Amino acid sequence: MNGSPHLHLPVSVRLVMFKVLAALVPGIAVYVWFFGAAILVQIALASAAALAAEAALLRLRGKPVALFLTDGSALVTAWLIALTFPPIAPWWLTVTATLFAIVVAKHLYGGLGQNPFNPAMVAFCVSIVAFPALMTQWPAVGFTDFSAQMAVVFKSQSAQDAVTMATPLDALRTQLHVPEARATVAGILGSHASFGNIGGKGWEWIALAYLAGGLWLLQQRIITWHVPAAFLVTLALIAGGFSLGEPDRFAGPVFHIVTGGAMLGAFFILTDPVSGATTPRGKLIFAAGAALLTWIIRSFGAYPDGMAFAVLLMNLCVPLIDMNTQPPVFGRKAQQREKPHD
Amino acid sequence: MLATLFKFRGGIKPDAHKDESTRTPIAAAPLPARLVVPLRQNAGSAPLALVGPGQKVLKGERIGAPEGNFSAAVHAPTSGTVLAVEPRMLPHPSALSAPCVVIESDGEERWIERTPVDYAAESPDALRDRLRDAGIVGLGGATFPSHIKLQPGAAGRIGTLVINGAECEPWITCDDMLMRERAAGIVRGIGILRHIVSAERVLVGIEDNKPQAIAALRAAAAQAHGIEVVPVPTRYPAGGEKQLIRVLTGIEIPYGRLGTEFGVQCFNVGTAYATHRAIELGEPLVSRIVTLAGNVARPGNWEVPIGTPIDALLELAAPQAGTDRYIMGGPMMGFTLPRTDLPVTKAANCILAASPALFPPQGPEMPCIRCGACTHACPAELQPHELYWFARAKNFGKAQEYHIFDCIECGCCAYVCPSNIRLVDYYRFAKTSMRALEREKAAADAARERFEFRNVRSEREAKEKAERLAAKTAAARQAMAGGGQPAGTTPSVPAAPTTTAEAAAPLPQLDEAKRALIAAAIERARAQKEAVQPKNIDNLAPEKRAEIREIEARRAQVRELAKTPPEEPV
Ligand code: SF4
Ligand code: SF4
Repeated sequence: MNGSPHLHLPVSVRLVMFKVLAALVPGIAVYVWFFGAAILVQIALASAAALAAEAALLRLRGKPVALFLTDGSALVTAWLIALTFPPIAPWWLTVTATLFAIVVAKHLYGGLGQNPFNPAMVAFCVSIVAFPALMTQWPAVGFTDFSAQMAVVFKSQSAQDAVTMATPLDALRTQLHVPEARATVAGILGSHASFGNIGGKGWEWIALAYLAGGLWLLQQRIITWHVPAAFLVTLALIAGGFSLGEPDRFAGPVFHIVTGGAMLGAFFILTDPVSGATTPRGKLIFAAGAALLTWIIRSFGAYPDGMAFAVLLMNLCVPLIDMNTQPPVFGRKAQQREKPHD
Repeated sequence: MLATLFKFRGGIKPDAHKDESTRTPIAAAPLPARLVVPLRQNAGSAPLALVGPGQKVLKGERIGAPEGNFSAAVHAPTSGTVLAVEPRMLPHPSALSAPCVVIESDGEERWIERTPVDYAAESPDALRDRLRDAGIVGLGGATFPSHIKLQPGAAGRIGTLVINGAECEPWITCDDMLMRERAAGIVRGIGILRHIVSAERVLVGIEDNKPQAIAALRAAAAQAHGIEVVPVPTRYPAGGEKQLIRVLTGIEIPYGRLGTEFGVQCFNVGTAYATHRAIELGEPLVSRIVTLAGNVARPGNWEVPIGTPIDALLELAAPQAGTDRYIMGGPMMGFTLPRTDLPVTKAANCILAASPALFPPQGPEMPCIRCGACTHACPAELQPHELYWFARAKNFGKAQEYHIFDCIECGCCAYVCPSNIRLVDYYRFAKTSMRALEREKAAADAARERFEFRNVRSEREAKEKAERLAAKTAAARQAMAGGGQPAGTTPSVPAAPTTTAEAAAPLPQLDEAKRALIAAAIERARAQKEAVQPKNIDNLAPEKRAEIREIEARRAQVRELAKTPPEEPV
């Protein structure tokens, strides 16, 4: 069929996905700097598992394997899984979670473009529910020795207290939840080795690197400003409001934004086009909702970071959000409707 | 007064490729030995043929009379002899055939007597009639009859006239060259159009990538007061009628409404120029400027007699090796010509020689990833990916709810889609299907109404019949009873026979009532059957078949109309 248009921009799904991967590189580099090279191994594990699962499923479903395998979407999922999981998680956890993401969360829903939930976040939530201990085992600051890390990852050598510690969010949450400790946010942040200048030690820099990558995606028009802006502003406002009211019980906005998955989520996870809202107003609502849920789960929930659950919950609302936020089309805006009749 | 510019949302910036075909001036294309002039070259109804085989015609002689008001005349592009009036294939995406007048030229180019008029002395009505009879239609590609667009709408006067010189489609330069070379004629034509609607304001929108055209038109407009030449930002589809009106006036005209209702109307510069020729020179529309570009050795613009075979024209431009097809119109909204031995029509603004190098084939279609690039590019501010989803699922109700008919098929969405989805094809499919369904529904409604009417009638008739019978029976019974009474009172008649008569008489009459009811039921069933299967029976009758053919033709026409909305996207 030779229907119009006959001209096309030289763009492809592959190009979009590889730009997303490229934008993650600065964040990964800083990650390695602070927490060692284990994350690279995790990324490799997840990538291999994702590509294998993708190839197998594409063959099973009778889809063109080469075309879809190289579209880069499985790699994006894999990298996001690796980046949200602890870098010293046992190899089988990363692999199983990735397989689950590709097989169940992506292909059982119809593959590329059809999945209502972000596959990486499905993998995260399933893993943290099934293996809460392993999913909260983060390398201690300074535990960057590669061979020691690999021992934990591959030999299932149970991680020692010396090499692991809770993430800043986790530390804050557990200590605030113990009433007799009479801990205050300021006290905890000052006392704990995992806290840096404004957020978690190292994490604040990783967050800044994600921000840089995200801004580049914005400049490349791969994403729009709506989701990151709405997410970060909402998170800052809620966190700011509560920490002003009760500074001892609630961490401040900057801490929330540069810690945990917030920055990664704002620019790389919530912006997943397939499982996110598509209308401008819809994107604002979607991201603001995710921010609210993240803050609630972080502050009152049983899990250290609420980002993943918040994303899935908002994914659930997307059809409803999109349906109710359809922007007016050309010539059908309110002020126009009056005109011809006057 | 300097016009404030407004913005339209969306749009794209493809490479313009305007330089290649603007290096040489407009040249006159040689007169071909044979011309094929389609009778219908306007949106609206097809003109009626005024000539027959063997008849001699002069250049500019009317060969097709407008059929009704929503139509425009057609003229002989040169002098010669009519060879035939017969259906020929048209340059149309679905290779439609329609009646054409085939003329063998005598090479003498003898004009019919031309009667120029002073427009200022003419009434608007008389000028509108002249335009219709001179075959003036929108030359931007939509071929909407211009006199219709010049009729004052419900809102009253057309205060603002927008003249479209944007020419936003890549490669096409016929308007650009016309503005550079014949600005004076365009300005005179604008004067006539303005006079007809007595507009206060004229805004000529030209994309700012055509500095020569802007300068030429500004110079020409300097003498005529009240014509503003406004450079508009180069962004496809700035030359879409609605987009240009929006940019120049801020008014957004929704789908299904006419500019007239908003006090604004838009004409292409080529149309303005043709108006000048028709009124002030008395020359009907028998030629147009056509851009030949793409994979050709000699790109340029030619003034081409309507009806010239496209392949003869292409020889002038010398298509190069690698050309695999020809596109009529631009690369964004044009269509691939089914063949090249088809005539140039009033809609033919450009013929592009396409090659895989110039227009690389798209990669395989991937699933939509909802990236929103299409939404961002859509000048109609639609959600193309949602429309795609609904069109694909044949969920036409939803597609309509999401305003699929507001889509102007500009192709911006498909241009930017990373998944290579042929979005516009899906919309065209959905729109065509919906229009077909609509017509079927209308036909079914009419049939049902007929059926219900017949049902009601036959029921009523049966009821009346039954009532009549019942009345008869009652009357008979009464008569009998009445007959018996006197008989009873007459002592001379024995009582016994009366009772037997009374007992026996009602029986056959009851039967008859029952029989009538059965007959009514049978009649009803027959009527029902007749109404339910009229097609199968009708199809056999030859005159009905002709009727169906006619309906088909009308459908084709409606499709055609749907293809050419009353806009002039350039
Ligand atoms: S541009 Fe293509 S892939 Fe992106 S949302 Fe639109 S239709 Fe889907
Ligand atoms: S073709 Fe239709 S849907 Fe696509 S950009 Fe143009 S108006 Fe919008």
